[in-house]
Amino acid sequence: MSKFKKKKKGLPAISTASLPDIVFMLLFFFMVSTTMRETDLLIKKPNLPVANEVKKLEMKSLVSTIYVGKSKDARIAGDKIQVNDKIIDVKDVPSFILSEQALRKEEEVKFMTTSIKADKEANVGTILDIKEQLRDINALKVSFSTTKGNDLKSNF
Amino acid sequence: MARRENSEINAGSMADIAFLLLIFFLVTTTMDVDSGISRKLPEKSQDQNQQDVIVKEKNVFDIVVNRNNQILVENDQYVTVNEIKKLAMDFIDNGGGLSTAKDDAPAAPCDYCKGARSPLSSDHPSKAVISLQSDRGTTYGMYISIQNEIEAAYTELRNRLGLEKYKRSYDDLLKDYKDNPSESLNEKIEFLKNSYPQIISEPEPIK
Repeated sequence: MSKFKKKKKGLPAISTASLPDIVFMLLFFFMVSTTMRETDLLIKKPNLPVANEVKKLEMKSLVSTIYVGKSKDARIAGDKIQVNDKIIDVKDVPSFILSEQALRKEEEVKFMTTSIKADKEANVGTILDIKEQLRDINALKVSFSTTKGNDLKSNF
Repeated sequence: MARRENSEINAGSMADIAFLLLIFFLVTTTMDVDSGISRKLPEKSQDQNQQDVIVKEKNVFDIVVNRNNQILVENDQYVTVNEIKKLAMDFIDNGGGLSTAKDDAPAAPCDYCKGARSPLSSDHPSKAVISLQSDRGTTYGMYISIQNEIEAAYTELRNRLGLEKYKRSYDDLLKDYKDNPSESLNEKIEFLKNSYPQIISEPEPIK
């Protein structure tokens, strides 16, 4: 027994004094880089298509997002459109955009972008309908949300 | 009364608190950057009885996609997605005729085009229209792929002209402009944009 005791005494304890510093550093990194998810998806998560000629969406505060995808219930066919926390009809898209515009300053309205996050299996008809509605209310900047990649074959 | 010495605050649990916060942020964080293909929709004209713009058939590059995701180009060629870029580039860059005469500039042939200069294809990049007609049943993935290829065709042409004129590609110029915006850079970018303007027309979908 005495042998073991001797050995234990010789081991120096690892100093944990700098542990909080390290953890704080990580903490600040995540605090700064984090963006909170603001909407819960009511539709199935859109499987975005792949594209390589993408542009980054600037000024996130000026982006209004429209989700297009299948319903979570497999028995319901057709594309569903979701904005904020509800599923809406195509003809309600303008009122959503107008309400988004009302929240922003007047001089910022012309920089507002509509980001369409649609599933790659969605019908183009739905997308074109949304585009038509956006044209009606003069919200002309549109971004088709995609993931960056070169594998275009996976799109269809 | 013996004054007790100020004992130090025990900071041992600080790490625990920080860990707790760290784990919270780790779980809630999403680091996806929103990116996508940006498009500017055409304005709706208020004028009811406006005249249709007449565009010569040879200045229009027709792409039609049906509900089975099959692509027809110029009404006679059945192609796959990756062929569109090349065909679109040949069409835009053809330069077979004169540009439209404007107030400040008379009609002139395209002096930077490297195309075949065929009289049967587009006259000038500023006149070349790409028309993408899709079916309502086309899948969105296919639609985006074609949009992507058209975008790629324009970018490549602009890159080429940029390298020739400024020894810097269009993509690089955009990056430079983002790092330090200056008037001269903006001028170059605008020049490249106007040399190969994106004119994309999307007619009503096939029902």
